[in-house]
Amino acid sequence: MAKIDQLKCRECARTYDVGPIHVCEFCFGPLEAVYDYDGIAKSISREKIAAGPQTIWRYADLLPVNDDTPRVDLGAGYTPLVPAPRLGAELGIDDLWLKNDTLNPTYSFKDRVVSVALSKAREFSLDVGACASTGNLANSVAAHAAKAGMGACVFIPDDLEQGKIVATAVYGSALVAVKGNYDDVNRLCAEIADNYPWAFVNVNMRAFYSEGSKTLAYETVEQLGWEYPDHIVVPIASGAQLVKVRKGLGELHRVGLMDSAATTKVHGAQAVGCSPVAEAFARGVEHVRPQKPNTIAKSLAIGNPADGFYALKAVRETGGAIDMVDDDEIVESILLLARTEGIFTETAGGVTVGVLAKLAKAGTFKPGERVVAFITGMGLKTLEAVTERAKPTATITPTLEAFEHQIEIGVIPNGR
Amino acid sequence: MTVKVRIPTPLRKLTADKAEVEAGGGTIREVVDDLERQFPGFKERMCDENGELRRFVNVYVGEEDIRFLNGLDTEIPSGELVSIIPAVAGG
Repeated sequence: MAKIDQLKCRECARTYDVGPIHVCEFCFGPLEAVYDYDGIAKSISREKIAAGPQTIWRYADLLPVNDDTPRVDLGAGYTPLVPAPRLGAELGIDDLWLKNDTLNPTYSFKDRVVSVALSKAREFSLDVGACASTGNLANSVAAHAAKAGMGACVFIPDDLEQGKIVATAVYGSALVAVKGNYDDVNRLCAEIADNYPWAFVNVNMRAFYSEGSKTLAYETVEQLGWEYPDHIVVPIASGAQLVKVRKGLGELHRVGLMDSAATTKVHGAQAVGCSPVAEAFARGVEHVRPQKPNTIAKSLAIGNPADGFYALKAVRETGGAIDMVDDDEIVESILLLARTEGIFTETAGGVTVGVLAKLAKAGTFKPGERVVAFITGMGLKTLEAVTERAKPTATITPTLEAFEHQIEIGVIPNGR
Repeated sequence: MTVKVRIPTPLRKLTADKAEVEAGGGTIREVVDDLERQFPGFKERMCDENGELRRFVNVYVGEEDIRFLNGLDTEIPSGELVSIIPAVAGG
């Protein structure tokens, strides 16, 4: 069964045959996979999903692949959704849950999108995976390409965190550090993609790639026992993840997995140093003004977000909000999450938790409402952000006296 | 003044598959008008019904996005390359 038979422009609705193309030839609008939802509704069921693999592929019916699409699979997805009562108590949120996407194969949500994109690349007989990346995507493309025996060429800004550079290069792909910011890298890749027959996951594979993020919404609802949460908080970089989470929520009802349409409010989180979407939300306008990013949250540092307009629209349509936190708040939020829930997130997660706190303070969440925050990447990738705040409590000689001295002066707590 | 303009794949059907063309004009607006004269239909692809740059089209003068400069009225320094590039997703 062909679940998707065409691609459609989100702006002007012109249609195209399925292939490695990403923009409308007429208006440059992004292309979107068109599904046969009625056909999917006939074959999909909660039982079939429960019997599937514990990965994103349990939702294969709602992904832009066919039965014979080769799967490039490291086991992305179906990450834990955990209650977070201690963080909830700190922030004054009654019923807080965290989607711990740091537990993906390359430790960020990007594995969801890359698994879909490179599977599709295989279907199109493309042999090289490529991307412009702020780091997490680079890690994921390099790892998935290695697993699939594909070539890879990934492009990053040259000022990325060491962890993200090493965790890409280790997989043996070509890694090109570009002197410039992410928007410069992205622009370069858009030009390279025109000239090389590669699967640029975020360029010519974008229509398929971005669909992988829908699985975050499916999993959240399934893991809550097939119930929608009242609120979801998502970080915004290009905006694609938020848009697709919202789309995923809508599809659950469309294909009959849920009896009613979602009423979940979707909220967005940005860093002050790169806040084009939050700024447009605050000003109450539709137009997202590009910015030159300057923030420690490098994985969210996209000054010209391609899906910013749609993310803004999705948030407003669901009754959500977008807020931002500065670099100090990001660091404090990383430490708070680690201290209360035992999850070490990268800077993007600090942004999400920081904005979660702000929304809670603003009274966004009513008593008893269920709130889910997406923790999308892990802390070992951005050690630089917290190095100054996460050091040995004491450094001592290997003697009992030296240790007891630390207790006496109160540096080490003498509690039970 | 004549400038070189880099054409992205989606627009090359209009330029007979040429990846780079020459156009006359001192500002982006003038260049777009000249491209429309050379390749009828070009302007409609670049600009919406209000004459503003379409949301998903990025235009660069040299290294800089014209949205950081003066938009369509951005002046083009002599010898600088103009690039038209579709917006792409990211992360």
